[in-house]
Order: sequence, then C-alpha cells, then structure tokens
Amino acid sequence: MSGATPVGFRDRAREALADPTLREALLSIRRGWPHARARAIARLPEFDALRDHGRAIKDHVLAHLDLYLERFERAVTASGGSVHWARDAAEARRLVLEICKRAGARTVTKSKSMIAEEIDLNAWLEAHGIVPVETDLGEYIIQLAGQRPSHLVGPAVHMTREEITELFARHHGTPPSERAEELVAEARRVLRQRYLEADVGITGANFLIAESGSVITVTNEGNAELTHGLPRTQIVVASIEKIVPTMEEAFTLLRLLARSATGQEFSTYTTVVTGPRRAEDLDGPEAFHVVLLDNGRSGMIGGTLRSMLRCIRCGACLNHCPVYLAVGGHAYGSVYVGPMGAVLSPVLYGIETARALPEASSFCGRCEEVCPVRIPLPALLRYWREEAWRRQLAPPAARWGMRLWRHLALRPGLYRIASGVVARVLGLLAGRRGALRRLPLAGGWTGSRDLPAPEGATFTSLYRKGVR
Amino acid sequence: MAETRVALFVTCLVDLFRPSVGFAALELLERGGATVSVPDGQTCCGQPAYNSGDRETAVALARRMIALFEPFDYVVAPSGSCAAMLRHHYPGLFAGDPAMAERAEAVAAKTWELTAFLVDVLGIAAVDSIVEARATYHDACSGLRELGVRRQPRELLATVAGLELVELAEPESCCGFGGTFCVKYPGISTKMVEDKAADIEATGADLVLAGDLGCLLNIAGHLRRRGARVAVRHVAEVLAGRLDAPPIAAPRGSGR
Repeated sequence: MSGATPVGFRDRAREALADPTLREALLSIRRGWPHARARAIARLPEFDALRDHGRAIKDHVLAHLDLYLERFERAVTASGGSVHWARDAAEARRLVLEICKRAGARTVTKSKSMIAEEIDLNAWLEAHGIVPVETDLGEYIIQLAGQRPSHLVGPAVHMTREEITELFARHHGTPPSERAEELVAEARRVLRQRYLEADVGITGANFLIAESGSVITVTNEGNAELTHGLPRTQIVVASIEKIVPTMEEAFTLLRLLARSATGQEFSTYTTVVTGPRRAEDLDGPEAFHVVLLDNGRSGMIGGTLRSMLRCIRCGACLNHCPVYLAVGGHAYGSVYVGPMGAVLSPVLYGIETARALPEASSFCGRCEEVCPVRIPLPALLRYWREEAWRRQLAPPAARWGMRLWRHLALRPGLYRIASGVVARVLGLLAGRRGALRRLPLAGGWTGSRDLPAPEGATFTSLYRKGVR
Repeated sequence: MAETRVALFVTCLVDLFRPSVGFAALELLERGGATVSVPDGQTCCGQPAYNSGDRETAVALARRMIALFEPFDYVVAPSGSCAAMLRHHYPGLFAGDPAMAERAEAVAAKTWELTAFLVDVLGIAAVDSIVEARATYHDACSGLRELGVRRQPRELLATVAGLELVELAEPESCCGFGGTFCVKYPGISTKMVEDKAADIEATGADLVLAGDLGCLLNIAGHLRRRGARVAVRHVAEVLAGRLDAPPIAAPRGSGR
C-alpha cells in the first residue's frame, strides 16, 4: 500500500481518469463539501476576518516555535506525561514501538492521524507483532482494504458504498448490507470489542496547547475519545507545527477548521486531553506520551515554504482542486495529496521523486482562495517548480524549447518574423476549416481538442500596415 | 481633462492567434476616451517561463516589458493572466534589486485587465454595441482570482443590445488550460475542459465568452472537437461589436 511514491503520478493519474467508480466518488465530493463549506461561510459574515486571525495565530507560533514547544513539554511533564522528540519518521516509529513494548502491547487502537500515516506506523507495528486497529470509520475501511487515505478528512472517500459493502462482507463474514446505517452499525460492533482489548491507544492531534500541555482532537465519530480513554497507555503522535499558545487560539482555529473541512460549524466531538489520569479522575490512561515529529518541518521555517506550516489539514484545497477532483488522492502516491500534498511531498520525498506533483496544477488559484489560513499554495508550487528547474530535472525537450522561445522573445525583430511565419503556416494548414485536428509534436493538445487556427497575420504586422 | 495615455499590451497569444481581439480592445479603449499606443517590440510577458520554474528567463523578459511600458499612464491587456503577471508577479521577480523592483512596482500599479480598466478607470457604464446572442461567460482564473475581475465584464455585457447572458453552473471552475499544464497533463486537462464544455452546453447558450485567449483556445478547440454548435469569442469582440472574424476555431466564412 505505501510502496507507491509520487514518481508514478502520471501513470496513476491516467488510470484514475479511466476509472468510472472513482469518478463517481470524486463527483460526490465535488457536489458535497464545497457547497457545504460555502453555505457555512455564508452564515458567518466575519469569516474572512477569522481567516486573517487564523493566519496571524499560526504566524506568531511559527515565529516563536521553540518557545512554545518547550512550554508545551514543561506543561505535559508537569501533568505527569512525557514528551518525546523525533527528528524523523524512523525515530518516531522507534519511540512509539518502545512505548508499546514497555506497555506489553499486543493490540493498539488508533484514531485518525496523518502523522501516523506519514511515519507509516501501522506497517511498522505489524512487523513487530503488534496489531493496530483503526477506529475512524474511514481509516478502518482503508485498513481493511490495505490502502492509504485518499483524502485528509475522508480517508475512504474514493470508495463507493458498494465497494465498502463488499469489503465488509469479506472481512466480517456477515451478509452484505447496502444501507449506510447498517454498515456503520456493523463497523461499530466490530470496533467496540477492539476498544476494550487494546493495551495502547494512539491518536493524532489537531492542536497542542502550549500553556496547559493539552491535546485537542476533533472527530465526527467520537472514536478519539474512546481511543484516549480506554487503554492504559496513551500515545499522541503529532508534528511540531500543531502547537498553539492557549485554548483560545485553538478554538479560533477550530471554527475555521470545521467550516472549511465539512461545512460544519463545529466538529461533532472535540476531545481535550491533558496528561494521564489523576487520582480523582473517573477514567483516562495511566501513562500519557506525546511523540513530537519534526521530519523536515524545522527546515521549512527559515524559507519560502514556511507558510505551509500554517496548514490545519482541513482538506478544503483538495475539495476545490480540479486536479484532485479529476484523479483522486491515490494518484499522488504520497501521504499528503491535493495542493497541500503537492507542496509537502517534495519536502518528505525530495523534489527529484516528487517533481510531478507541483507540476500538476493549472495554477487556477482555487486552493489559495479557500485556504482558511491563507497559504499561498500556487506560489509554493511555483517554488518547487523553480527548484526543479534549477536542478535541471525538467526533460531536455522542455528545456530546449524554453531556450529557443527565450531566444526569440528577447529579440523582437526575430520574434516578429517567427510569429508571422507560424501564424501564416498554421492558418494555411487549417485552410477554410479554421482549426487543425492534428499537428506534429502537439499531441498533448490535439488528443482532445482541435487547435484553433490563427487568423493568418499577426496583430503586430497588421497594426504596422495601418489596420485598425 | 488630461489625456489618458494607455499602452495596449497585445499579449503574445492575441498577436499570433487572434488580432481581432487586439483591434477590438483598441477600439474600446479609444471609444472610452483613452489615447492608445501599441509600443513596438512587445513579445511575451514571460508567464510560460515563470510558471515552468525558469525564473531567470522570466526576469529577462520582465526587464524588457517594464522598459517598454513604463513611459505610459496605464498598461492594459485583453487578458487577465498577462495583466496579473505584470501586476502581481513582476515586483517579486526583482527581490534583491531595489532599483528594478521599484520600476516593476510602478508598472504593476498601472497595469489593468481590459474590462476592469474600462469600468473602473475609464468609468464606462455602457457599450454601444448590438450582438444578438444567448451568451454565457467563463471567469478565467487569473483575472478572477488575482485581479478580481468578475463584475466588470458582466456589467458591460448587460449593456450590449440583443445579448442575453446566462450563467454557467460553475463559472469559476478552471477550464484546464493552465498554459503548459494542458500539454504536460493532457488527460487531466481534458477532463477539466470536458466538464467546462458540458456546463456550457447545459446553459443552452449559443455563444461563450471569456477574457483570456488561452482559455478560449482550449474551450473552443474542445467544443469544436466534440462537435458542439457553440460559438466562442473573446469578450472584447462582443463589447466592441466587432464580429467580422469568424468565431474561434470556426470554419472560415462562417458567421456567429
């Protein structure tokens, strides 16, 4: 499942475009979340001011990240928990495994965590004899299917109800049911037992509160609550940029998050956990660990990509991206998909491996338009294109083409002659048809569209002749 | 009132493919009272290089264009994306070169997309044109999101006698052109233009308009390929009432 890398984007995109089931699933995203978001925002006239506020909060934290991270660590320690620092994915995996082993874990329950995906935690735990059980319905589905999430918010949005029915029947040995409520009830039945069996609960975090050492997780299923509350040992895996100063900032960002993600005013469950169980608490884990992952993020702070660290993983840029909506998440071959994924993947995989992703954008700007924390995503995609160009990763034909075009465009006299010839030749080739069905070296264009013929003479030449 | 000296930035696609758009723009600007020049030596704003990551080429071309356009009061282009290149992206190309950055800022500040310039600067409330058509309008991405061009073309189109404007279900969805994107990822681009064409056809319009020739070539080329009977024109042609050229991608000698 996680063997895919962004290198194969082009081929996977082609397959995705030819997949009618996927097309149907993507169409339901397109018809659903963007409209829900628009309705939610229409009900909140100060939404744009809230976005400015959200951006300012994140920028402030990024400017003082060391300070807030240390404050968070002190607060977690004071509440009886521990913080573990992981430079990269391998270190994070090792830390989680050590904690699991110390807890004598055989089964761990997990609520949805992109960081767990980023460090490929499930495969690692399985390889060490520990059974991870995903408790978010979408994550549970893709775990059964042996897949990666295809969307930040809805990991299984690429699957239709029929596919899920078939999957459940195969894995649960139950008679197939096509009703959504019955599928949910079935998953709940299976998962309830697993919650009680689990020795360790692993969750992600939407926000880490520096002041109190609290961890906030939002879900629509309440599964984070059960993952937090039932096992004896609790592990939170989170990346360093999830930190905010106090609860107040977290709640401002939560207002942005739910509206941008699903058009809800607030997520159904907002779980706040601080440290292990205290003597007077009725429930909660005996041990509380937070594994904080860097994995290239601190390297982004000092440069152009810094604004990407504002991301709150709402998925709005995916839901509005025509490229994502055409090919779906799996085509990207990365943990992070859509516009935000096309910016983050080169950080995680290297630009040599991930070059196709920042290229796959028409720069329509929809992602930036909807981003709740105003990340200039097209500019960041362009940053990666410039990196790729600088390292000469573009195919030689593209590089030579650009060189030739540059040569002409810098020499107006020559340019005038060349464009005059092209206008005339294409015009003649098209004749009275007014368009060309085929043209050598232009298969990318003419595969699905005619090339409209030039009128015949350039504007410059006509204007010089006195035409008005 | 002092003379308004406007440099018409023809854009490379209009120069090569559709001079009619340039002449329509020229006429609209002159009708609005501007003194229009077409500075000699225009080539391209550098977008293809800029969007491909070839910043150095973009800088070289920007230098030329800045020198060419800085003597004028305004620079106007019949294209949202080319205007946005000058207005939004030129200044950033010269970070670390304060003298050039200042010149780029000055040119950026006076660069406009055509319909926005007509409405917001020249204060034109109505055009004196007659075009009998049921038309729909596609908001080209750069003009829409980088320059906020949305209201202006619609306000002017509403004053074209005989023209009925019907909105697309998703007027703000990208058509899939995206410069070199459409040939780098033809499959994805095709899916996008198919969606756009379906949206256009569903309106029942017989004419589709936009303010950016790249998008129009893409939309017209695809509509022609699928045999749709919808004419495609740049919004300037309709506003100027200059329909002498056949629609984009239409056979020679065909009318609207």
